[in-house]
Amino acid sequence: MPALLSLDVLLIAALAWFAVGLAGLLAPRNTGFIAKILFPIGALVGAIAGATALRFLGDSPQVAVLAIGLPDLPFHLRLDNLTAVFAILLGFVSVGISVFAAGYFRHGEGTAPGLLCFEYHLFLASMLMVLLADDGYAFMVAWESMALSSFFLVTTDHRHAEIRRAGYLYLLIAHVGAIAILLSFGVMTKGSGDYSFDGMRAQQLSPFWSSAAFLLALFGFGAKAGLLPVHVWLPEAHPAAPSPVSAMMSGVMLKTAIYGLLRVSFDLIGTTIWWWGVVALLVGLATAAFGVLYSTVQSDMKRLLAYSSIENIGLIAVAIGLTLIFHAYKMDGLAALAMTAALYHCLAHSGFKSLLFLATGSVLHATKERSLGKLGGPIHRMPWVAWLALTGVIAGAGLPPLSGFVSEWLLLQGFLFSPGLPHPWLNMIVPVGAALVALVAALAGFAMVKFFGIIFLGQMREENLKDAHDAGWWERAGLAWLGLITVLLGVLPTTAISHINAATHQLLGVGLGERLAAQGWWMLAPISPGRASYEPVIFLCVIAASVLLGRWLVRRLYHGRVRRTQAWDCGYWFQGPRAQDTAEGFSQPIRRIFEPMFRMERHFPGVRDEKPYYSVKVEDHFWHWLYLPIAKLAGGVSTLIIRLQGGRIAIYLLYSFLTLILLLLVARPT
Amino acid sequence: MSQAVPYSAQFINLFASVILLLAFAMLAQRRVLPLINLFAYQGFVLAVSTAAVAYMTRQHHLYWSAGLTLGLKALLLPWILHRLVRRLHVKWDIESLIAIPTTMLVGIGLVIIAFNVALPISQLSSTITRGTLGIALASVMLSFLMMITRTKAVPQVVGFLAMENGLFLAATSATYGMPMVVELGIALDVLVGAIILGVFFFQIREQFDSLDIRNMEKLKDS
Repeated sequence: MPALLSLDVLLIAALAWFAVGLAGLLAPRNTGFIAKILFPIGALVGAIAGATALRFLGDSPQVAVLAIGLPDLPFHLRLDNLTAVFAILLGFVSVGISVFAAGYFRHGEGTAPGLLCFEYHLFLASMLMVLLADDGYAFMVAWESMALSSFFLVTTDHRHAEIRRAGYLYLLIAHVGAIAILLSFGVMTKGSGDYSFDGMRAQQLSPFWSSAAFLLALFGFGAKAGLLPVHVWLPEAHPAAPSPVSAMMSGVMLKTAIYGLLRVSFDLIGTTIWWWGVVALLVGLATAAFGVLYSTVQSDMKRLLAYSSIENIGLIAVAIGLTLIFHAYKMDGLAALAMTAALYHCLAHSGFKSLLFLATGSVLHATKERSLGKLGGPIHRMPWVAWLALTGVIAGAGLPPLSGFVSEWLLLQGFLFSPGLPHPWLNMIVPVGAALVALVAALAGFAMVKFFGIIFLGQMREENLKDAHDAGWWERAGLAWLGLITVLLGVLPTTAISHINAATHQLLGVGLGERLAAQGWWMLAPISPGRASYEPVIFLCVIAASVLLGRWLVRRLYHGRVRRTQAWDCGYWFQGPRAQDTAEGFSQPIRRIFEPMFRMERHFPGVRDEKPYYSVKVEDHFWHWLYLPIAKLAGGVSTLIIRLQGGRIAIYLLYSFLTLILLLLVARPT
Repeated sequence: MSQAVPYSAQFINLFASVILLLAFAMLAQRRVLPLINLFAYQGFVLAVSTAAVAYMTRQHHLYWSAGLTLGLKALLLPWILHRLVRRLHVKWDIESLIAIPTTMLVGIGLVIIAFNVALPISQLSSTITRGTLGIALASVMLSFLMMITRTKAVPQVVGFLAMENGLFLAATSATYGMPMVVELGIALDVLVGAIILGVFFFQIREQFDSLDIRNMEKLKDS
């Protein structure tokens, strides 16, 4: 029996996911069977897929042709290192989410659990097929299945009008993006009609057309990833979806868009022009700054995380932009560094953001509350969720020694070496970008502190929070798995980089891994140990040691007494939960400093109000400057076209009659 | 084109012109029952003309076509329509969107267009009947015009069926008829179409208390 290739295993994994989904349809109302059997099987499949891709890394590409699809248009599949890196991400992150979902979907929300199971596993399978596809046709089929299955997942609770609206917006932007991707593929085939990726690699495009292909791909994949200005669906769709779905979309689906962008810009187009990098860099910077600013002012915990996802995607785009710039100037070492930062941030973000989204799901189930202003204090009631969420929060804030820090640090290292660029404008402008990235990182820390502090710390803002209970064992296991990924990526960056090195090699011809391997696993020094290095294990040891020492000193000096008492009350005798900082109050300084960036509607209580209240509504400028004008234009054009639709049969007959006569006269042979 | 036309072709042209005349008569007819009768005459003439073509060109399958036309269009469909009209009690006047004389003038214009359009095609054709192609096209257009200008459902259906007559004439004149399978298929389609439309008549009347299709404008979205 011939040995199974890694590609075959991944294909079987995709089929297995599909089969698990179909099995869910057999007993659509049997929640126990679906949650406790099918979702764990899905998790197992994910683990197998991830492990297979991990084992494959570094091998030569494997290809296959599937006889499904249209006649004469089979599916081409290919497994190479870039695919493998993202398949690892998909496989391992889906393990955590599926295990969590096994505990989460116990009640069934809106849609029947069997249908949900089908959509969820179809979503997973189609994402894997997106990664494996090796021709434009297979890619688009998988891409659209992914969009549609996730649309149905977003609209799980479709009885609410705003959720249907969110789903519609998502579907609309997904399709606009898909059109751009298709056009990009069309440009890259150069009219040869050969839509296989090999055919696209073989075409030599003129600078104009290759730029067109790149910009279309940036727009199309950006629409899926949430780059400015096509980000608006993200903060609507993520809060609408059930938490495991938000986790899957934010953690994994956005990364498939990044995968597509990398695939097109470094693999398929074949050339690189320096200003592409500048475009990606600027879009990424704008997205990151926009995302983080808006995430700081949100009062809904899932919206906060959704905007934070926009920010992280922006950072990844910045890293890709830097890679393009360095690659165009043949500065290979630095290109490899920036590419590593991009891939690492993909991995890190999918770990910690899924973790945080799942944690919001647990909080939501425990308290039935998603508004930050009504939460507070459950760290004592749900310690598991709180502490695991803290792991994700630290990573999200970009603090050492967890995963978020590594990638942001690598990115900033890439920026610091940019003065070597042989372009006078660039080497002046790019450091400004570095400053912006630093600001974004700081604000991300602020947003994460807000997220964790307002949700978990302090006193309970509402009475009913006393009934909050900790998550079940399935949910804890899922959260712990993602927490483990976050910690491992944070503590063992050199090992992780030596694995994704193969993908960097494939795209750029160079990697960071060899240089790092020479320095030992504990140290991360991307350029040289003399310039900058980071030893996460030592960092972790120092932190752990100082915490333990502090604890020991406290116990020693204060005889182990722990006293719970009133905080310093500044002379006010009343210290109720209402006296705490609210979500809005916490972010008020940011709102004030960056006021022009927001479109705010505020209501202040007057002196004589019977029932004084304060409200603030922060809206996106893009809605009013870009989307509403487009919507108005479309509406105007439609009303013109509606006039054609008289609703009278005679009119319709007249249309076809006149067309017939006109065609007869025009197409008349002479 | 001044060479002597053989008698056979003259006969065929005569029948074709009768069909065109009947098409005009249908366009001008204000009442439902005579309209159906005119439709039946048109079917009959069509059958005779097809049989004549079959006789003169020794195309035996055209006899089948002729028989089919006679049975279906001259007898069965008019009978169905008669029954429908009696059961629906809609024997009286037809309202036209455009005044009848204006319609006739438009019809003359259409005939001119049809002849001009058909001329190059009939020159390509080598059949004895090629001269009637313009007439066939004209009667298709006239029937179409009838569908447009009538407001009641029954005349519209008659127009639809008469259009099929024109198409059949065109097929006979350009290529001595279509293959038998196609012809049978079309005949069946027309029959089924007439029956379905008959069902719809009842539905429409139940909904709006009349067969005036102008009522269907109300079905439009806001």
